[in-house]
Amino acid sequence: MDEAAPPATAAEERISVASQWQLMWWRFRRHRVAMAGTVVVLLFYGVVIFADFLAYASPTASEAQRSLLPPQAIHWLDGGRYRPHVYALRGARDPVSLKRVYRPDPERKIPVQLFGHGFPYRLLGLIPTDRHLLAVGEGRAEDTLFLFGTDEQGRDLWSRLMYGTRTSLTIGLCGVALSLVLGVVLGGISGFAGGALDTAIQRLIEILRSIPTIPLWMGLAAALPNDWTVLQVYFAITVIISLVGWTELARVVRGRFLSLREEEFVMAAELAGCSRTRIILSHLVPSFLSHIIAATTLAIPAMIISETSLSFLGLGLRPPAISWGVLLQQAQNIQALAISPWLLVSAVPVIVVIIAFNFMGDGLRDAADPY
Amino acid sequence: MLAYLTRRLVLAILTVWAISVLAFVIIQLPPGDYITSYIAQMSASGSFVTEQEADALREQYGLNQPLWIQYLRWMKLVLRGNFGIAMEWQRPVAEVIGDRLWLTMVVSVAAILLTWGLALPIGIYSAVRQYSLGDYVATFVGFIGLAVPSFLLALVLMYLGFKYFNANIGGLFSDEFVEAPWSLGKAWDLAKHLPLPALILGLAGTAQLIRIMRANLLDELRKPYVVTARARGLPESRVILKYPVRVALNPFASTVGYLLPYVVSGSIIVSLVLSLPTVGPLLLRALIAQDMFLAGTIVLLLGVMTVIGTFLSDLLLMWIDPRIRSEGRR
Repeated sequence: MDEAAPPATAAEERISVASQWQLMWWRFRRHRVAMAGTVVVLLFYGVVIFADFLAYASPTASEAQRSLLPPQAIHWLDGGRYRPHVYALRGARDPVSLKRVYRPDPERKIPVQLFGHGFPYRLLGLIPTDRHLLAVGEGRAEDTLFLFGTDEQGRDLWSRLMYGTRTSLTIGLCGVALSLVLGVVLGGISGFAGGALDTAIQRLIEILRSIPTIPLWMGLAAALPNDWTVLQVYFAITVIISLVGWTELARVVRGRFLSLREEEFVMAAELAGCSRTRIILSHLVPSFLSHIIAATTLAIPAMIISETSLSFLGLGLRPPAISWGVLLQQAQNIQALAISPWLLVSAVPVIVVIIAFNFMGDGLRDAADPY
Repeated sequence: MLAYLTRRLVLAILTVWAISVLAFVIIQLPPGDYITSYIAQMSASGSFVTEQEADALREQYGLNQPLWIQYLRWMKLVLRGNFGIAMEWQRPVAEVIGDRLWLTMVVSVAAILLTWGLALPIGIYSAVRQYSLGDYVATFVGFIGLAVPSFLLALVLMYLGFKYFNANIGGLFSDEFVEAPWSLGKAWDLAKHLPLPALILGLAGTAQLIRIMRANLLDELRKPYVVTARARGLPESRVILKYPVRVALNPFASTVGYLLPYVVSGSIIVSLVLSLPTVGPLLLRALIAQDMFLAGTIVLLLGVMTVIGTFLSDLLLMWIDPRIRSEGRR
């Protein structure tokens, strides 16, 4: 009995001296599903950083001869020994449709290496290298290795998916960052100033929220000039989707401002002669930062869906840009999809990452107020 | 009550105005104007437009005047029901859009009705039987519904339908009714085709509403008056349905205002996948062809219809919720 008491007090003491962020972290850690979501999200951003390393074929290397090849399995063992390989593909004519089809040839095994050489790239945009997670022993990976099959132009879907992940997930982040700026500034003004300005901003938000967004985005996106570069279109799309996305964040910020404005510590700071900027930046912002982070996390999936939808329609990012939406565009034709269902593989990361973000955001929201 | 009504009406009018400006911006955004595209079209078909003719046309359509005057002129035409000419079809925009606008609304409203019809019983069940197997299933399906963008869901269902039933599950009419004039048979055919697109469109909203309903009802069920009612021997169904469900319904009704724009928005892209004869495919085609009068009109009409729908749902809300009715009297 006596032995059990000291650790309890130690734990209590630990809680009473813990900082707000520590308390939040402890609370968040208890939320299993949210932790799992966070791990998945981090893995996805790992893919964003190491996309070129994880891809084994250049995402633009196209070859009509390899169009619409089915996914290939890696055989890990060869006669009981660890020797990963894939079967080479042998072209043949289908006797019925007379189309050229490719069949795996179990006689010819192509060894697969981990950390082998492939197309050159710069790791983290800095270090020039040609090491990839997967590579083939002889020849080019582009010609022989197709983990997720190929698309109509004969480009390797696995490698394209890696690059698409990079685009889609960063566009989500950029869009949210922009929305956050708009949301915090407008929501902050609305909450702190109050009065006519508050009313005006609130009405603006209500108006924006009652307009169907997709037709509006489509209209704006279609107006982007055709001769813009991939990068220009990327930023224009980010701006377009964040123009509508800021309203929810502004609502959260305003709500926090309104409830905190009346708190004693704000009045104390005012009486102590703090300037308005100082009150906002060093007293108010830290106390609602956690809520903003939670709201931001929950806003990212919406951004990802927006980009995917727009690109899927052919109005968002356009080839040669690669994003999940651009990849899904090829799955638009139901006949093509019925023949080569692997084109739908890009739908999987979309769904997984959205679920992960939602779980993570839910956990963050619960942990945002640890007291 | 009157004050509330007026406030909503003023907001609705403001929204319509904002939408009209946005639609006008969309029409104006691409480089060049109507005459430029007209000239391009004429030269494509072999005829030729001189510089003077072009200027005369610009004069006639008021394209050389400042933007705000052009906006007013456009508004004047729109208010008279004249939306201009759809270039690709060489027919008036109103004629090209035709039934499609109504079908968009029919699909959207069907989706919302289905959302309500599903979310209400499932939400009540999830709350009353909290942590039961059914509750977990509902929560799981709800999360999937929230996470899967509707167009992906449509795509997957299309694929499955094609692969396993060899049937095309898209469209809103059977083949024999597509070109037929409206009749009872056609309406019935429409009703038979509606559930699937409505379900696809409504799933995300349903998931959200189930969560709201469940949370609200759970809060209510723990209140003392429920215990009292039960202690007095009221049958369980009455204990739950009479008061807690009614109270929990309130925020439920108020979300319709946001649900409608969301569903209309989703219907555009789902229509493309399922090839529904709504304005969705038309809008995409118009945008790709830079037929901005058609595109702008579709955006405008969709927005206006949504605002009207939201306003009607506000009226409904007022009818359900006595607290809003009395707001004006205070």
